Amino acid sequence: MDLSGRITLGEGSALLRSTIRELLEEKRFKILVNLADINYIDSSGIGELVSAYTTVKNRGGELKLLHLTKKVHDLLQITKLYTVFDVHSDETGALRSFHIASV
Amino acid sequence: MPDQKQLDVTLETQVESVNLAEEMCLRVAEAAGFDEDDCYRIGMSVREGVINAFHYGNQERPEKKIYLIVDLTSDKLVIHVLDEGKGFKLEDVPNPLTEENLLSTSGRGIFLMRSFMDEFDVVSGRTGGAEIIMSKKLPGQEDHTSNGKGDQSSAPHQA
Repeated sequence: MDLSGRITLGEGSALLRSTIRELLEEKRFKILVNLADINYIDSSGIGELVSAYTTVKNRGGELKLLHLTKKVHDLLQITKLYTVFDVHSDETGALRSFHIASV
Repeated sequence: MPDQKQLDVTLETQVESVNLAEEMCLRVAEAAGFDEDDCYRIGMSVREGVINAFHYGNQERPEKKIYLIVDLTSDKLVIHVLDEGKGFKLEDVPNPLTEENLLSTSGRGIFLMRSFMDEFDVVSGRTGGAEIIMSKKLPGQEDHTSNGKGDQSSAPHQA
């Protein structure tokens, strides 16, 4: 899924939550979140990403992040979440990692 | 150097106040000469302060107010965010960096403010609730001996 804009308190966080819920309802449990066009996340947005990660994981799926902008990368670094999320900079490699994990 | 200037705004307890406060403080920060990175840090800190007042302080109750005061002194930008809640103590705020809190979906706002600003404190406000006070030195006023303050080492309950 490709996201753009801001993931902040209010619409951004709510939209992410509803999109993840829809994907899970469609039995799509391998989710690659492209954050290339996200240049702003606040603590609410971070919480929503963590919630998405744990929700997908609890359903037996995987949620990975792709193409972090510098601001988002730095934010995940200082909050120590960079090591929690599976972060990729190459889409092909990220998609391949889902396949490898499922073999 | 300009004389001290103050912006004093009363905000409603609603989500829109978060963006409004951020935008107002960003304009002050830009006018004060902060670069893009510092403006981002200041804007984010104001967001987090107002989110804290909106959600934790005022419990999202619309009859309560949020008070934003921005002081531009000769050497720093000082931001106060007051709510009408019950107040809180910094030492009671869990450290979001500990393993048990790492996957928490909330509780990173205080940490981000402490990380992004030069000075940060929470006191009992005149409104009866919490008053967050945070500041950033104006460009050219950096005290290099205090470098490192405001990063992860200043997190509450650092493990």
